[in-house]
Amino acid sequence: MNIEELEQIAESVRLENAKYDYEVNVCMDLACASQGAGPLRDELVKAAEKSGKKVLVRRTGCMGPCSSGPLVRVDPEETLYHHVHANHAEAIVASLGDGPVPALQCDLNEHFDKQVRVVLENAGYIDPEKIDDYIACDGYKALLTALTEMSPNTVIQQITDSGLRGRGGGGYPTGLKWGTVAKAGGDLKYVICNGDEGDPGAFMDRSVMEGDPHRVIEGMAIAAYAVGASKGYIYVRAEYPVAVARLTAGLRDARRRGLLGNGICGTTFNFDIEIRLGAGAFVCGEETALIASIEGKRGTPKPRPPYPAVSGLWGKPTLINNVETYANIAPIIRKGGKWFANMGSERSKGTKVFALTGKITNTGLVEVPMGIKLREIIEVIGGGVPGGHTFKAVQTGGPSGGCIPAEMFDTPVDYETLAQLGSIMGSGGMIVMDDTSCMVNVARFFIEFCMTESCGKCIPCRAGTAQMFTLLTRICNGGGTLDDLELLEDLCATVKEASLCGLGQTAPNPVLSTLKYFRNEYIEHIVHKRCPAGVCNIEAAVPEVQAEVLA
Amino acid sequence: MPAFTPPPLPSDDKRWKIVNGTMRKNGFARHALIETLHTVQSSFGYLDDDSIRFVARSLRVPLSQAYGVVTFYHYFSLKPPGKHTVTICAGTACYIKGADKLVAAAEKRLGIPQGQTTKDGKISLMTARCVGACSRAPVVLRDGEVMGEVNSEQVLEQLERWAVE
Repeated sequence: MNIEELEQIAESVRLENAKYDYEVNVCMDLACASQGAGPLRDELVKAAEKSGKKVLVRRTGCMGPCSSGPLVRVDPEETLYHHVHANHAEAIVASLGDGPVPALQCDLNEHFDKQVRVVLENAGYIDPEKIDDYIACDGYKALLTALTEMSPNTVIQQITDSGLRGRGGGGYPTGLKWGTVAKAGGDLKYVICNGDEGDPGAFMDRSVMEGDPHRVIEGMAIAAYAVGASKGYIYVRAEYPVAVARLTAGLRDARRRGLLGNGICGTTFNFDIEIRLGAGAFVCGEETALIASIEGKRGTPKPRPPYPAVSGLWGKPTLINNVETYANIAPIIRKGGKWFANMGSERSKGTKVFALTGKITNTGLVEVPMGIKLREIIEVIGGGVPGGHTFKAVQTGGPSGGCIPAEMFDTPVDYETLAQLGSIMGSGGMIVMDDTSCMVNVARFFIEFCMTESCGKCIPCRAGTAQMFTLLTRICNGGGTLDDLELLEDLCATVKEASLCGLGQTAPNPVLSTLKYFRNEYIEHIVHKRCPAGVCNIEAAVPEVQAEVLA
Repeated sequence: MPAFTPPPLPSDDKRWKIVNGTMRKNGFARHALIETLHTVQSSFGYLDDDSIRFVARSLRVPLSQAYGVVTFYHYFSLKPPGKHTVTICAGTACYIKGADKLVAAAEKRLGIPQGQTTKDGKISLMTARCVGACSRAPVVLRDGEVMGEVNSEQVLEQLERWAVE
């Protein structure tokens, strides 16, 4: 395989597609599939055959606005249809060449206009199970360019120039991480992709792995070349069976095309990837715990240093990046680090994919330039809160993040600003809450999550989260005292400072941020024995709770 | 050191061959423990004592370590699943959209707490950490099939349908 052959494949795909007058793209991502996208596609295929028109019906990955699903886009007109069901198939096919079907047309221009698509550039445009579709969209061009025209150091330099930072949540500069692994000694090194999207309420990585698996594979291969690794692992949640299937098929096709394996594109570079299944442990998102899990052990973290970049998988230098980080690599190599650095804010470059969910009109996946204001994401892209309710807060970063109140919506979204507000960027979950959500109960929900997910290795996290849960339950049930708030803050500080890994260090964030911005709700529960949102059932619970209190 | 011979298969059930296949593919290496347990669970539906013992012996992993791994990860189940399984997603988006009400309704109807199977072995009631269909919250899996924007009535209807089967 060389660049010319890649061009030939791309050309043949283009010729093949040119045989059709229309392309009907059906989003087959989980959300649309749950609303009947599967039968819809079958009906579209049937209707297309019957009509005698030259129509290509294509299954694609997530198109974005899941709440409008099932989604269908007709090309070349780029007409987007929403809430399409199997019985609409004939009408859509009949309308081709004849203007759109007005009843199904969806107006989400504002939703899309604010977005910039880098990671999701192919989502909704290619069939995820066809490597040639990916190649036709400049796929694997970056890998071949890197292998034939760039030295590993030049690759790392481009990544450093781009200013890309880890998209898993930590925000560590990617170029710096790659440089450290590249400099580490030894001839055996590993590259790992963290696809263990444990943050509940986030599904960006699932969509990327399912909708554009080759983008991840290409990013990993470029990383391996840059740091000198010959073996890679993709660690995927077992709860994502489609992602596992797509990646497995993707790896097989890449091997067949000679894009993985020995002597890739006639160079001396050897690289192959294996899939490892996660088994449902949030802590495995922490890099040392993830490594333990790949080694077949319980996913308990280890103290760092030594960092995995020096001593990781089986004691060898290991590069770990998140799915979205790898998904950014190919475009950076193709278009240059400077192009990427032109997007975003001063210290957070590029774009970020968010999973917009909760009490918001347009739920789904959005990709926005860093530095965009929260308000724009929620009010313009998300379309505001439905049902006449008022906004209360947005939660970013999952169980490690915090709740940002409505007053702060004009702050720009980047790593530093979110951290200053007591939240984190996280992997990209963004959950909107309205006046029907009780912030004390939300804090309790997250602490319960961290308590059950704590691996138990270090005491501050294991015992601290359990005590915080007891206190929060007591407050939710109306049995709390004002002293409990101080105790909570004290515990938060201890757990944050003394825990071994990221899980414990960030577990207090939801509590601290709600205590900071929604303290009045805590006080309402404690002093007036009422839950302003009407979520907590205070009166019913008081007598039993008193008996339950551990403290 | 004498060459290691893996133990014989526990029975002539064909599924053991699939399990053995996973271990062979990984050269009976210890790090294949989680992979192998996944294969056992997908073949048999759950992990029982015999299968954990067999896998531990085959991979030369102490039984305590194998058991530790099985109990550490939520995905592994030590109990056989019911004929049907309803899984209610308990992720953040589903929680905000009222998944706890679905759980309460199902618990009341079935008379069992989440994580258990009815006495007749017909229906298991499970919760999931997050299935990644958050934009359609609350989400329920009906025997693994994703259903979005579900309400309590729909859950109860489904349970009713299974109960009379």
